[in-house]
Amino acid sequence: MILLNVNGKRVEVDAGADTPLLWVLRDHLDMTGTKFGCGMALCGACTVHVNGQATRSCVTPASAVTGKRITTIEAVGATKAGKAVQDAWIAENVPQCGYCQSGQVMSAAALLASKKNPTDADIDGAMAGNICRCATYPRIRAAIKRAARGLA
Amino acid sequence: MITNESRRDFFKASGALVLALSLPRTAFSQEGRVFAPNAFIRIAPDNSVTVIVKHLEMGQGTYTGLPTLVAEELDADWSQIRAEGAPADAGKYNNLFWGPAQGTGGSTALANSYAQLRKAGATARAMLVAAAAEKWGVPAGEIKVSHGVLEHKNRKATFGELATAAAAQKVPEDVPLKDPKDFVYIGKPAARTDARAKSNGSAIFTQDVKLPGMLTAVVLHPSRFGAKLKSFDAAKAKAVKGVVDVVAFSTPATNGVAVLARDYWTAKKGRDALTAEWDETVAFRLGSGEIMAEYKKLAVTPGTPARREGDADGALRGAAKTLEAAYEFPYLAHASMEPMNCVVQLSSVGENALCEIWNGEQFQTVDQAAVAQLLGLKPEQVKLNMLYAGGSFGRRANPQSDFVLEAAAIAKALGGTAAGRAPVKLVWGREDDMRAGYYRPMYYHTLEAGLDAQGNLTAWRHTIVGQSILAGTAFESMMVKDGVDATSVEGAANLPYAIPNLAIELHSPKIGVPVQWWRSVGSTHTAFATECFLDEIARATKKDPLAMRRALLDKHPRHKAVLELAAQKAGWGKPLGKDRARGIAVHESFNTFVAQVAEISRKRDGSIKLERVVCAVDCGVAVNPNIIAMQMESGIGYGLSAALSGAITLKDGIVEQSNFHDYPVLRINQMPRIEVHIMSSSENPSGVGEPATPVIAPALANAILALNGKPVRALPLSGQGLAFA
Repeated sequence: MILLNVNGKRVEVDAGADTPLLWVLRDHLDMTGTKFGCGMALCGACTVHVNGQATRSCVTPASAVTGKRITTIEAVGATKAGKAVQDAWIAENVPQCGYCQSGQVMSAAALLASKKNPTDADIDGAMAGNICRCATYPRIRAAIKRAARGLA
Repeated sequence: MITNESRRDFFKASGALVLALSLPRTAFSQEGRVFAPNAFIRIAPDNSVTVIVKHLEMGQGTYTGLPTLVAEELDADWSQIRAEGAPADAGKYNNLFWGPAQGTGGSTALANSYAQLRKAGATARAMLVAAAAEKWGVPAGEIKVSHGVLEHKNRKATFGELATAAAAQKVPEDVPLKDPKDFVYIGKPAARTDARAKSNGSAIFTQDVKLPGMLTAVVLHPSRFGAKLKSFDAAKAKAVKGVVDVVAFSTPATNGVAVLARDYWTAKKGRDALTAEWDETVAFRLGSGEIMAEYKKLAVTPGTPARREGDADGALRGAAKTLEAAYEFPYLAHASMEPMNCVVQLSSVGENALCEIWNGEQFQTVDQAAVAQLLGLKPEQVKLNMLYAGGSFGRRANPQSDFVLEAAAIAKALGGTAAGRAPVKLVWGREDDMRAGYYRPMYYHTLEAGLDAQGNLTAWRHTIVGQSILAGTAFESMMVKDGVDATSVEGAANLPYAIPNLAIELHSPKIGVPVQWWRSVGSTHTAFATECFLDEIARATKKDPLAMRRALLDKHPRHKAVLELAAQKAGWGKPLGKDRARGIAVHESFNTFVAQVAEISRKRDGSIKLERVVCAVDCGVAVNPNIIAMQMESGIGYGLSAALSGAITLKDGIVEQSNFHDYPVLRINQMPRIEVHIMSSSENPSGVGEPATPVIAPALANAILALNGKPVRALPLSGQGLAFA
């Protein structure tokens, strides 16, 4: 049994110790907002927050985050930065296919939680680990800036 | 394409008003004789207007663009519009550009629906008005409709309030469509219907489907195309705690072994533990270098003519000067963010047997037929639920239904086991997806130009070598003519430039690597070869690339207009600083015209940075300028990704790439600034999902030629001794 704190709730999961957090969320807890894209921390679709830090859940064993605060796309809207990012995402019409966007939103929310007014270089640094094959990048950049203005 | 042969066009269904339009009978309609009703609109008492969208939403905006057409003629309020995926029913939901088949591709979704859905909306509106006129006892002509409300003097009613009464109205014969000057939504940037669900994780993709008792299947495929499973040892896989079953599968497209468990991670561990032996007697064993060497040999032999005008050979012999170039293109993977997957549930047997599928469904008619054949069912016993697709770029419309058939075969194989009829979710890992084939083919192009003493182009010879995408597919009879696959030569055979002597030839060698259409199909390589060669000619004759193109495009005003717009907005001709250059390219695909100017800089370390792209597009009536801009940006990003670093290579028949570390794709720090300018037009709308993709690589390569004087003769650029910032 792995004991986790997901979105403020304590949950117990019957999964092997090596099971990545991603699959615990998706297959054991039926929280499918966090996406599988590569399994190697190369694309960022699986990004969640662990103690507020953007973390690739596909290579993070669930047993390694026991006792830490895990936040997923399902609950990030309850945070100030997360709400601002989601609102900006809609206002800028960011999503196309949408599959990577949970991860993009999580990375952007983590960025804005730590940096109020990110520069283009900050955005590149925080977001370069998140691939979008629809190349929504210009709108992601614009939405992060919009969200930053909203938080100011 | 629509006649309004209305019969009992409105009928009530579960408290909702359903509008159905009769379509003209095609030779292929079900049972060949009946007119099938065609339902697109459902107005519920709760005042919601649900638009049934017959085309897959894979990012390109169908769930916004198609409802816009209905909302426009219906005079609905955008906030009451819902989008819902259509079921598989080619009689009702066929792609009007594909005859009898239902499916999404070729940038046709909005274009083929333009008249159909406007007519659907206008007819519904007329019946709501008739219902209000009857109820209020006033002339229909005095009733106004705006934003979902019908109004006559002090009386008002919503669509929902009138839904039942409207259902009883006679269907009008010929409902006039709006004058474009009265458009409320068409031409305006309506918000995407899917933006919220795709920003909070609630949008459901195939990957997210969970059914009671469902098992996840992770598969082992052979490492070489064409290999067949000889034997496998399931013991180690079954020893993994949680593995439920291990089954072999074989379909006309793929074969292998599937490991099933309640969750992906367990199934994957089981798959990784599995051992299998393969019969490689007929497996494909060549490497990329060997394939290209074969293509180069073929290129100097006579090919099948795709276009001939004048006497290219004679004109080349008599030319004052000739120029030649050859271009090489690698295999490309689609690499959509959502790896291929499919959910299948088999239920009952015999007459009542049903195969229900949940999938980012792009190719309904083909998949339905293939699955029916595999399972011994009738196509109508295969029910398809179309979910959002996490990208596709063509991949989910597989001509052999590869991953869909595989899921069905695994579900069938389970039938005789303890797991019985458990629903199956097939999940490919990234590696499985990248190595499964169905790539954009490799190509080799040779071009030769003849010039007269004044430097005018008098002859153009273009030979293309590469696999046929359509051979063996349902489209072969329609689109392979006289041995020429239209998708191999599109963008080359219809070269718009006024050159008196032209010869375009094709070789379509058979190679054992599965290939498929990839965003913008033939134009992915023909645009590069033609537009780069033109710049090489301009440079050799000391002409301005823009001026040279303009002079050759008098008979192609739409090409010329986008070219001039992009050039003007980019400041073409204005001096740039040191270590900066511009390149330009123009190309038509799927009846949409795109020109792009790429502006690059050279950094101190010698690396090149794409600073800015100015894009001009003519796609007819701009239904949603916001989505058009998004698709131009997306197409540029996708094309740029391939141009910079996209390459699938083979060694001894084995694909060398597996994931995003060895198949790098574009990231946010590599994305240039993009400006999109849309031509004002009253032509029927044409598609925007693909046409921006093929233009960026030649625009960028032409900028590189302008910067350092060296032509780019092969893609990807990163393999050409060039570094990119």
